[in-house]
Amino acid sequence: MASTTINPTRMELTRLKTRRTTAIRGHKLLKDKRDELMRQFLDIVRRNKELRQKVEEGLMEAHSAFTVASAVMSPEMLEQALSYPKQQVTLDMKLRNIMSVNVPQYTFHQSGDGAEIFPYGFAQTSGELDDALEALSGVFRDMLELAQVEKTMQLLAQEIEKTRRRVNALEYVMIPEYEKNIKYISMKLDENERSTTARLMKVKDMMLEEQVRKAEEKRRAREAQRENRA
Amino acid sequence: MYKVAVMGDRDSVLGFRALGLDVFPCEEASEARKLLHQLAREDYAVVYITEQLSTLISQEIERYKDRMTPAVILIPGRSGSLGLGAGALQSAVERAVGADIL
Repeated sequence: MASTTINPTRMELTRLKTRRTTAIRGHKLLKDKRDELMRQFLDIVRRNKELRQKVEEGLMEAHSAFTVASAVMSPEMLEQALSYPKQQVTLDMKLRNIMSVNVPQYTFHQSGDGAEIFPYGFAQTSGELDDALEALSGVFRDMLELAQVEKTMQLLAQEIEKTRRRVNALEYVMIPEYEKNIKYISMKLDENERSTTARLMKVKDMMLEEQVRKAEEKRRAREAQRENRA
Repeated sequence: MYKVAVMGDRDSVLGFRALGLDVFPCEEASEARKLLHQLAREDYAVVYITEQLSTLISQEIERYKDRMTPAVILIPGRSGSLGLGAGALQSAVERAVGADIL
């Protein structure tokens, strides 16, 4: 883009000036967008950090309870007990708009009566399994929010990266380029104007000289005539 | 209506079945890859995947980062957290800010 030849004309100059104004306005807008996105992003990152810690702790608890349960029960029994869930989870996804970035919002529905999460009879299973399931269902709500927050974070990060690049491109490439070209054209135009003035002055000088010479010749001719007559 | 899937080794994901999530026990890279793509095509909005399994198919997971669905979320498996979930957070911050500021 740097060394494309530009015509040093007034039309080009006007065009470049409009483009520069647009670029500056765009730069300001994008910068504001970036700052606001960044603010939102940092909030979300903080929330994500919290949630992740909570979820990981909760899951580790559930896992260790499961380990105990699987030690007490035979693997077949465990598998059988968990094979037929009483409830089914489905998600509703709505879109939320953060600075023109669409991010998902989940709400989940549990089919089934909800009060009873254990899909098995109590006769053949151990109490540890109940604990494990309870821990798991307790952490699930946070897990869902984690999914939402984490996806939002990823989408925002992508958008911020894009905006940041645009801001930088405008600030460090486009706008300086326009400035340079505008300066080049106006210098060239000024130079043209000066050379025209100089040429005009020169021409005028030459015309004056010519007139003076002609007048001189006439005068000499007249004098010569007068001498001849005398 | 969207669904929620859980992928990982059998021991880690079994419990989620009782909660009513769709569970896909899976331990091999090629199998996991296929499964993830298949889940992405169907209406799964959220796919939880154990960190242990995610190390095998990190490239595939990367592909879904910029898409709306599915949200691929890492969770620790039964053998403990590898810190990959926190790493994902850090990489997102790095991507947005250009430097690791946290």
